[in-house]
Amino acid sequence: MKKIVTRISQRFTNMFLELYRVHLFILKFFKEAFTAPFEGREVLRQCYQVGYRSLALISLTGFITGIVFTKQSRPSLAEFGATSWLPSLVGIAMLRTLAPLLTALISAGKVGSSIGAELGSMKVTEQIDAMEVSATNPFSYLVVTRVLATSITIPILTFYTAFVALLGAFVNVSTNESTSFSAFVQSFLESITFLDITASTIKAIVFGFTIGMVGCYQGFHSSKGTEGVGKAANSAVVVGMFLVFIEEVIATQITFLFRT
Amino acid sequence: MLQKSKTENSKAVITIRDVNKSFGDYHVLRGADLDLYEGENLVVLGRSGTGKSVLIKIISGLLKQDSGMVNVLGKDVANLSPKELLELRLRIGFSFQNSALYDSMTVRENLEFPLVRNRKNLGKAEIAQAVETVLDAVGLSQTINQMPSELSGGQRKRIGIARTLILRPEIMLYDEPTAGLDPITCIEINNLINEVQERFKTSSIIITHDLTCAKAVGNRIAMLLDGQFQRVGTFDEVFDTADERVTPFYDYNFIQE
Ligand SMILES: Nc1ncnc2c1ncn2[C@@H]1O[C@H](COP(=O)(O)OP(=O)(O)OP(=O)(O)O)[C@@H](O)[C@H]1O
Ligand SMILES: [Mg+2]
Repeated sequence: MKKIVTRISQRFTNMFLELYRVHLFILKFFKEAFTAPFEGREVLRQCYQVGYRSLALISLTGFITGIVFTKQSRPSLAEFGATSWLPSLVGIAMLRTLAPLLTALISAGKVGSSIGAELGSMKVTEQIDAMEVSATNPFSYLVVTRVLATSITIPILTFYTAFVALLGAFVNVSTNESTSFSAFVQSFLESITFLDITASTIKAIVFGFTIGMVGCYQGFHSSKGTEGVGKAANSAVVVGMFLVFIEEVIATQITFLFRT
Repeated sequence: MLQKSKTENSKAVITIRDVNKSFGDYHVLRGADLDLYEGENLVVLGRSGTGKSVLIKIISGLLKQDSGMVNVLGKDVANLSPKELLELRLRIGFSFQNSALYDSMTVRENLEFPLVRNRKNLGKAEIAQAVETVLDAVGLSQTINQMPSELSGGQRKRIGIARTLILRPEIMLYDEPTAGLDPITCIEINNLINEVQERFKTSSIIITHDLTCAKAVGNRIAMLLDGQFQRVGTFDEVFDTADERVTPFYDYNFIQE
């Protein structure tokens, strides 16, 4: 019994220590992000990496989700003879939730894990120390650039996902009704609001920040040995996805406050 | 043969006084004292886990001592501002135990990295020239476009040394430069260390287990025993003892049964 109590209290202490370290890590990001030298070129290179790594998978997933979601929603709307609402239904669902969530989850898997593994192996093989002794700040060169890159690129990818999903939806719509593409887009555009776009953009930035931050944190704090690298990559994905879901719930609550 | 005693009348570039460092319960350095004099090669010997790597990490500011003083080129390392620490680091070359080459970059990019980052005023041609010079100094010009993963252990070591040389440091810290290498490559690395001393006028600390290396490159030897430098002097002075913590090093390296 006593053993269990000490175990639990140790667990909690570790958790709070970890939270404290995360907190310091985030503070350090904001400090370094706003102090020179700024690594513009490296940020661009990382943006390209983020986009490049997830583009194919996102295109495929977005397109299929568009088709399937439309096909599944059709019978319910058909009951009320309201299939003409499909474009706006799909559009709203995509833009508000599915596109940000899909993009974030895929990026957590592709980008978050590779950041975790890359920085983890750099840490383990002392490359980060080597960078530090050659008078380059590894935090601003490695962490700040990657977090900025995910925070910039994932919102862009989110709108791309929404666009591809709409194409998928149109494939389904056009095989069932004789709707032209311009009419389809028209009815989508009429149904969305400025609030939808703003909320999704902010949400996607937060998701991107989270994924980059989690990947970098796990990599930077990975334990020695090759096992540590694997663990870093793995927890980058698990923790990243978990946080994205929690943020999604919170973000939905907040946007609903604005809607009413 | 090396000139064995260019010490006492030279000035010290590194001064270490009563340095302590613990990790958890493990007291690694226990009041270590050491001087590195200008222009000398000082070999640090000691068993695995005695804190040799920790010592040079403290010198370069990667780790902080718990107590005691570390003075490098007139600067108190533990109490420098981030900017001063950066400036000091430009004057120190650190060759890592496992080379620590950036494995996402080619040899050329590895060598360019410190220059591109720290010497913003240099042009493309000057950087290329500097890369060629150090690569030539370590005798590996042909590897310039290879990735670190394509190099052998000895080549990686030499590229690692080249990367630290490119900023023309005044002090070189070598962490086990010959560990895990065949005898011929070891001799090449030893020659390289001596060449660096002559050509670039560096003062160096060389960590090693390898007494052949110690004898070939060291002007002085310092032996880390129980967290202190208990035996410091020329090679013969250090090993002229019956201390059971010291003799195995000599016996293992030089006495074949
Ligand atoms: N960052 C660290 N955190 C915790 N313990 C450490 C750290 N660095 C070193 N140690 C511990 O300090 C001790 C000395 O380590 P160090 O790497 O200096 O040994 P060494 O003398 O270089 O040995 P070797 O010849 O095997 O390289 C080891 O027991 C190691 O576990
Ligand atoms: Mg070591």
